[in-house]
Order: sequence, then structure tokens, then C-alpha cells
Amino acid sequence: MLATLFDKTKPGARAIGFPKGKIHPSQKIPSHLLRKTPPGLPEVTELEVVRHFTKLSQLNYSVDTNFYPLGSCTMKYNPKACFRLAFHGAFSERHPLLPAWAIQGTLKALKDFENALLEITGMDALTLAPAAGAHAELAGLLVTRAYFQNRGEIPQRKKIIIPDSAHGTNPASAALAGFEVVTIKSNARGRVNIEELKKHLNETAAMVMITLPNTLGLFEDEISEIARLAHQAGVQMYMDGANMNALMGIAKPGNLGFDVMHLNLHKTFSVPHGGGGPGAGVLLVKRHLDDFLPVPRIIEKNGQLQIEEAHPKSIGRIRSFHGSTANLLWSAAYVALLGKEGVLEASKGAILNANYLRVLLKEAGLTPFSDEPCMHEAVFTIDPKKLNGVRTLDIAKRLLDFKFYAPTIYFPLIVPEAIMVEPTETETPETLEEFASAVKTILQEARTTPETVKTAPHTLPVKRIDDVTAARNPVISWQPSRDQ
Amino acid sequence: MNMTDTKTLKYAKSHEWLRLDGNRGTVGITDFAQKEIRDIVYLELPKVGKELTQGGQAGMIESVKAAFEIYAPVSGRVVAVNEKVAQDVTLVHKDPYDQGWLFQIEIKNPAEANNLLTEDQYNKITTNGGH
Repeated sequence: MLATLFDKTKPGARAIGFPKGKIHPSQKIPSHLLRKTPPGLPEVTELEVVRHFTKLSQLNYSVDTNFYPLGSCTMKYNPKACFRLAFHGAFSERHPLLPAWAIQGTLKALKDFENALLEITGMDALTLAPAAGAHAELAGLLVTRAYFQNRGEIPQRKKIIIPDSAHGTNPASAALAGFEVVTIKSNARGRVNIEELKKHLNETAAMVMITLPNTLGLFEDEISEIARLAHQAGVQMYMDGANMNALMGIAKPGNLGFDVMHLNLHKTFSVPHGGGGPGAGVLLVKRHLDDFLPVPRIIEKNGQLQIEEAHPKSIGRIRSFHGSTANLLWSAAYVALLGKEGVLEASKGAILNANYLRVLLKEAGLTPFSDEPCMHEAVFTIDPKKLNGVRTLDIAKRLLDFKFYAPTIYFPLIVPEAIMVEPTETETPETLEEFASAVKTILQEARTTPETVKTAPHTLPVKRIDDVTAARNPVISWQPSRDQ
Repeated sequence: MNMTDTKTLKYAKSHEWLRLDGNRGTVGITDFAQKEIRDIVYLELPKVGKELTQGGQAGMIESVKAAFEIYAPVSGRVVAVNEKVAQDVTLVHKDPYDQGWLFQIEIKNPAEANNLLTEDQYNKITTNGGH
């Protein structure tokens, strides 16, 4: 383990000194609010603090340092040009409360981005307000609820039908929006079981939520039939667009029969993941749902871009100001830089890389869920019985020793010992080959020296974490140690 | 430690066992299920008084990896929950058929138990790859 700042404490050491005031705090603060014991904070010099955090930052792993094949997360490279554009002073130095006439440049960039997304998705209207993909899902469900309410079909339509291969946020968002969740099992090909679906398509169902491509990295090849059956029963179609990186320029969700969908800008549209947030999601709908979208909306009026704050049927505001503007501008720059041909090339590259890696990993000894060509990601499984009890978790941990980030594991839930890899379009074939070679070596170790794999990682500052104990007995707040 | 003769239990395809005692039924999850789930970290049990329907959700089991639903093997009203197992979830791993029981129900319709499996029938399912 790395030494913490607490380990480095020397009584009396200080980073900065405060001048002695004329009034002691105890004279101003009521005595019952004053603490009786010292807070137990680390006592260190400024240079020690700087070195400590600089060293921690050097341990950081990111797309900028190594390959990050985390399935379902689309860990593509985040071009620095997008950063330069999104954080240009002309955007970043504008106060969010400025009137529309004073931020025409920002509004124009966002409006152009809106138009590009409508073109990519084939939808009719959108909102850039949601703070994340799951937030957009919730907004989409509330918009759908408002639509059915308007038609007098609430509370009858209360069920949301979700395949068991869906993203976990789908049932969570549906429940949060006040709907009942009906889970349907996938068929042997990893697709929606249409016969099972039909049983639930009636006047009590509100929507079918489908992740496309699905979490097995497969395209729902019967999507048109699914949409036809749903619409025939008066049921709306939702697309979780988290995997849109496989479809840009190739297929438009609006043409596949979807009424509502969301996009995750930190996945397909290159905004860096995490980093302190906030995120950004986009909710897109067909014309019949346009009126119910959240406000504010950017509209064109008298040759100027305006911010429409109220709309009679809107579900209202879901986010402060204009959404996560810096993220939106980042993605706007990304789409503008790629252009129409570029987005198609990005998706084609993502599919090609995923299929190359799928073949390499099969040759390395992993078992693919399906031998069909995949879309942007592929799911594998292993049999611990044939690997001396080595499990997927062990392989993931051992990959860290090979300087690779671990893939997504144990997801989707319907594949035992799942390993889900998504290389994205920004990796070279050589990187994919090195990764496959590491997997091959680890599988070899599992057959000959399984303990090496089961006790990995060996080269990281933190070794195998006991996540079971952590989950059973979580210690979630810092306590000063006894001797402080 | 295992006192229960598992031959006397009834089993649901969704991996719950049921011990019948007059109109009272004790429910837990099978040894196969606890082994498959591995490393249970949290249990959500039904509240006493809750009406359950056969095959309906009764609770939730969380492992480090995922969450699994517990289904009611028969319909009825919850009359007791195992407070000990709520405090120490490892009891499900150590002793799934006795100390690791989850809840008891007052059975509404005893005939429903006929829809459940015998141990032999259940074992056939689990040896064919589980779910």
C-alpha cells in the first residue's frame, strides 16, 4: 500500500500558517458547537502534500496512457482539438445567465450540433438538457408518460418491457418514472424473444426499451418486426443509444421504428468519462412527442436564436441553465471535425476493430458468446473447470499486471463468467494484438501456474482487493486513528 | 450442521426451497443457488405481513457481482423473517437449509405446493446447467 498523508504526519508540521487573530474562535462560536478533541487531520508540509498528490496522479490509468477495453463504455480517444474548442474563452467565459442575444455563438454551435444529431439518428426533435444518459432515459420515460396522459391512457399503460440483455439503467429509470418493469428473456441467439414479447404487448404496456446493438454486441435483426408489433398494440419504442458507436452513418434509429432514444455523449461522442463530471446525455424523440420535451429549447425566431423557457405541454425543466454546456460543445466540436463521412468511418472502424479483436481473443482461447460477426463489442466466456478454477475476475486482475485495463466482467448478466471487450475505432491493430497476446499468456498461466492468476495483481501498488468484506462491512467515513 | 433432510423439501425452478409444516412454509435458497451466486453481501427480505403470490418477487439477494430476485414458491402472508440471516448473510452460504432460512409464510393454498419440484427433479435441472 502507498503511504497516506496520515502516515506522514509529524506533529506541528504545517503547509501554511495563519496569522494570529485578535479574537479567539471560542469567543464567537457557542461552546456546544466547539469540538472537544482535535480533528485528527494530517500534519505535513506543503511540499509533502504536492509530492503525495503528484505521485498519486502518476498512478492514474487513462485512455491517454494505455488501452482501455471496457465493454459497453466506448473508451475511445478524446481528441485534444475538441478540448481546445469547447474550452475556448468565447464559450467558457460566458455567464450562464446572459440573455440569448449575448450568447449567439454558443447557441449557434449547440443548434448546429442538434441538427447533426437529428441527421445521425433520424429523429425529429431533441433536448440537450439531461446531465447523463440515465437522466435522459428518465426524461424520456417522463415524456412518454406525459404523452399517454395526454391521450387518457394513464394509468392503464403502466408497464415497460425490457429484455434481460438491457443496460441496468433501463429498469431503474422505468421504476423511477413510476412504471412497472417486465423483464423478458433473450432467445438462444441473444436477441429479443418475439413470442415472449407478444405476450406483454397489450393496453397495459407503455413502452419497449431496447439497447441497440444489444449488450451482447449483436444487432437486433428483427427490430422492424418488434417495432411493428409494438406500434400495433399502441406501445412506444425506446432505444438505449449507449451503443450508438456501432451505428453512426449506417442505420438511423428513427428509420428502425424508435419513438424515443437517448445518446451518451461520453461514449459515442468522445467527451472524456468521469474526471469530476458533470456528464451529458441527449434525449431525442419523434414528432408526436415533441411537445412534451423538457425546456429550455433553442428556437430560431426573427433571424436570432432564442431560448424558449416555457412550453404548454412540456414536462418542464430537468436541469439548470442550458445543460452541461462544456460537454455539449466538446461533442459539437467532435461531430463538426468528423463531418458526415467521418462519423461513418468512426462506426465502421469500431466494428472492424471489435471483430478483429473477437477473432484474436477466440484464437487466444476465450469462448465467444456467438460466432456471428459482432457490432462494436464482443462478449466471451470461460469455463473455470478447465482452467484450474481460474475465474473471469482473476483474468481481469491479471491483465492489470500486463498494463492493460480490465474489460467489463460479469456483464451482461445472462452470460456466465462474462468478459466484454470494446476496443473502439481509435486503437491500432498492434495494440489489439498485444492485448490478445496477454490474454493468451494468462490462459496459459491458468493451466500451468493458476495461483499466479488467482492472486493477481502482483505489480500494482494495491494488490487483490477484498471486495466481499468491503461490501459486507463497508467503512464509508474516515475516522481519525486511535493515536491522533 | 445440516439437519434438514433435503429430500423432504419442495423446490422451485427459480432455486428456492420450501419446507412444509402444516399451513406454514419456510423458504430459503438452495445450496446450488448459494454456490452459484457466491459472496452474498446483502439480503432484502419481505416485511412480516406482506402478501406474496406464487412466483412473485419476495426479496432480493445481492452479491459483489449482481442482484438476484427471490421468488415466493407459494402464495401466502409473510409471518416471520430470519433476523439472524439479515444480520449475517454468510449463514446462507454456511447453512442454506437450516440457519440460512429466509422467511416463513402462512400458506394460502396448499395445492400450489404440488406445482413445485421434488429434490430429484430439481437436481436434474441444476445438473443441466442451472437456469
